[in-house]
Amino acid sequence: MTTTISGGQAKSIPMMGRDEEPTVFELSVPGRVAAQFRTTNVPELSEAELIPAAHRRAEPAELPEIGERDLVAHGTRLTHRQYSVDLGAYPLGSCTMKYNPKLCDEAAGLPGFAAVHPATPPAYTQGWLEMLGALGRVLCDITGMHDVTLAPPAGASGELTGLLLMRAWDEAQGRQRTKVVIPDSAHGTNPASVTLGGYETVTVPSDDRGLVDVKALRDRLDEDVAGIMLTNPNTLGLFESDIVEIAAAVHEVGALLYYDGANLNAILGVTRPGDMGFDIVHMNLHKTFAVPHGGGGPGAGPVAVSERLAEFLPGPLPAQGSDGQWGWRTPQRSIGRVHGWYGNALALARAYSYILVNGGDGLRRVAEGAVLNANWLRHRLRATFDIPYDRPNMHEFVASATNIKRAHGVKAFDIAKGLLDEGFHAPTMYFPLIVAEALMIEPTETESVQTLEALAQAFERVAAVAAEGEGELATAPRHTPVGRVDEARAARQLIATYDMRPAG
Amino acid sequence: MGHYVPHTDEEIASMLAFVGLDSLDELFDCVPEALRLAQADFAVAPGLSEFDTAAEMERLARANRGSELICFAGDGTYDHDISSMVRRVGMRTEFVTAYTPYQPEVAQGVLQALFEYQTMVARLAGLEIANASLYDGATALVEGVNLAVAATGRQTVWLSNGVNQRWGQVVRTFAAGTGHVICNVPLTDGVTEWPEPSDEAPGAVVVQYPNRLGVLEDMAEAARVARATGALLVVAFDPVAAGVLKSPGEWGADVAVGEGQPFGTPMSFGGPYLGLFAARLEHVRRVPGRIVGETVDLEGRRAYVTTLRTREQDIRREKASSNVCTNQTLIAVHCALQMSWLGKAGLRELALRCAQGTRYTRDALLAIDGVAPLVGAPVLREFALKLPVDPARVVERMADEGFLAGTVTDDGAGHEGLLVAVTERRTRTEIDAYVAAMEKAIR
Repeated sequence: MTTTISGGQAKSIPMMGRDEEPTVFELSVPGRVAAQFRTTNVPELSEAELIPAAHRRAEPAELPEIGERDLVAHGTRLTHRQYSVDLGAYPLGSCTMKYNPKLCDEAAGLPGFAAVHPATPPAYTQGWLEMLGALGRVLCDITGMHDVTLAPPAGASGELTGLLLMRAWDEAQGRQRTKVVIPDSAHGTNPASVTLGGYETVTVPSDDRGLVDVKALRDRLDEDVAGIMLTNPNTLGLFESDIVEIAAAVHEVGALLYYDGANLNAILGVTRPGDMGFDIVHMNLHKTFAVPHGGGGPGAGPVAVSERLAEFLPGPLPAQGSDGQWGWRTPQRSIGRVHGWYGNALALARAYSYILVNGGDGLRRVAEGAVLNANWLRHRLRATFDIPYDRPNMHEFVASATNIKRAHGVKAFDIAKGLLDEGFHAPTMYFPLIVAEALMIEPTETESVQTLEALAQAFERVAAVAAEGEGELATAPRHTPVGRVDEARAARQLIATYDMRPAG
Repeated sequence: MGHYVPHTDEEIASMLAFVGLDSLDELFDCVPEALRLAQADFAVAPGLSEFDTAAEMERLARANRGSELICFAGDGTYDHDISSMVRRVGMRTEFVTAYTPYQPEVAQGVLQALFEYQTMVARLAGLEIANASLYDGATALVEGVNLAVAATGRQTVWLSNGVNQRWGQVVRTFAAGTGHVICNVPLTDGVTEWPEPSDEAPGAVVVQYPNRLGVLEDMAEAARVARATGALLVVAFDPVAAGVLKSPGEWGADVAVGEGQPFGTPMSFGGPYLGLFAARLEHVRRVPGRIVGETVDLEGRRAYVTTLRTREQDIRREKASSNVCTNQTLIAVHCALQMSWLGKAGLRELALRCAQGTRYTRDALLAIDGVAPLVGAPVLREFALKLPVDPARVVERMADEGFLAGTVTDDGAGHEGLLVAVTERRTRTEIDAYVAAMEKAIR
């Protein structure tokens, strides 16, 4: 369907791929081969000559037996059953599903980047090292921090790295603190990382503004607290405006502030975690800096730190010598490696090209666009949903389907499924946990106002269907490649591989 | 500069009016004034056009002369051929620009590809279940160790010195948080020499197969040690070698982890790769990360969905046994495509070709005066040599001759050596030239 606003049109379409797709195993034919090998003229030896009998596999592993043509058709048909940013808006709160410039894909695919073995001597990888060095510097400039490791391969990995840095700092102070404070609105990775970092989670509630309750925080701060993990803007899309006071209180007890960079997109060029008083900052390059999400990875989760923590960073780090040559260094009191090599290098190359093409001016416009779009959509949807914290938000806002549930018995879950039928992806549901029937909406800066209007109208249509009663949306979606999926059955009768399918 | 925010000035003005503001700056009124960044203090250079950006990236890529070296290095990363089909299909925009499949009704493409991936990884590992991938081999090993510790309630880990040294370092880094006690188990002539059972019974016995020196470890012994101590056997396996070797499951592994890069992912200066993770079914509730399961939709049609979600961090929060949220889906999709393309016969041939190239190269190098095996145990597709000169020096000299000669390693007993890997990409001509260059480089 199409929507017009101020002369432009926007379009969303139902998806293709309505037919069931056989698995690659069902498409296999015994004896069929796609694989090819180059001519090497290396002398052929038999399995018996090459492998001691005790180690030899009796039967070949049961990989598919499919021709290349059929395999390509299979993969292509699977893509018809998959929604993506490149097809349409993806307003998943907290996930920053922005359009990623194609330029970045091409830059990262250059053989000069992709064909390099990570153990190649630095003299032969000067381009990589220079790029990683430059990316590290610019990430420090963006966050207002002193030094950075690019190695953590994802946000959660960055969190754990940050907690281990906290631990190393504690130990260097000759103390062993036991607790880390996190708000009740935090991402689930935060408490899980705290546990794996060897700390105990202490939860601080949000106040009626949707912000950290500063008084409650003060009550929880003592000499056992190693630090606090904060997302700012927080998961309600609200800026923690008491951050300076919070930082002072946390530092007063000798604890550290950890910045979860999940929502960094909102503040690019506007304000910096370093200026707010944060000691450790992780960034999700796959959210803010346009590394495509790839259906759930790979991402990259660099961690930047203040000067006093730099000596603990994981190694190795790119370093430029006085002769201008790049090499590696590992900080003196490094917590050690956090990745098999240097992190998700090609994802880092994408992020660097994204930063170059936007520049400081462009990044500021990214934040402005993201915040403008989210505020516009909040205003636009006010009449449709409850907005529990209905005041100026940053890059996202949290709506609630409580009004619809109360009046018509229809849950946020059903609203989300209904939106899929409109040709849009659904918002994040039931998060943050402190909002009932939450629909967390992050339009991102790359969606036009025409698309936002189309999205708003789609929400309105779904709400109108909901008003007709529970029945209609309980069986949505209907115009998607499959209908509503039975999630409970998947958990109850686990079939995690083709071989676990019941016979017949 | 890039124009990725689409609004015209008029649209911005009307959108601002709609939300009751006069300027874009007012959007940030909630940020305390003292924290607001003056433009002059934002030290990021102005944006470039797409084409100027591409030119700068090309300049940096060209400065990596290493991309043209003929690769004889392995040590966890391998120079394999990748079918064009993998790139062409695997880089289709629906795979690249999708999010984690939170709404399964519009994510069947990714979910089914992951289901197929899990099936292939489980079959290769000889175990019942596999997850939808982890970050890389090293971090998959960390998760494997964590699973074993949680399952046994014992924090001591017997980590063979035959495990990739960087992976071992990563295990130690994260042990600082979990409190696991990592005991290094030494190598004797390239093979792990397990200690006698003691009071500190391990929760995990960790072995790599083939190990970091390319050696075919005594897996029966590792399995016996695990059984005798009541530990879980965690095997770090090479998925290519698994084409001709007994699977971790056949050897008695409870958990198998590995680096999936050899299937469909370029060497990429170390990442993104993907961690393979498979386990016995009884451990499924402790498996980290995402698992895709088959189910049906309301009309009874086959469908896929991420399942057993209650294991995961967003639900269990501080009680979760792993903080993994994202996996490496796109890389797993590429891996599944390459495995499917290789197929049953192709994987076996791939492994054999690697072993043939390795044998040919190793024999030729050992014929050089002064070159000897670093360890005596049998190898498959990677091997370590003792050289008469500093191996780091040899790597530098060989690079000047156009070869990445290998990586510097040690035998775990104080002797340095050069670790060499040969894949199916290396032709006899390349190998002969490499051997001739080595002959000079070690003088």
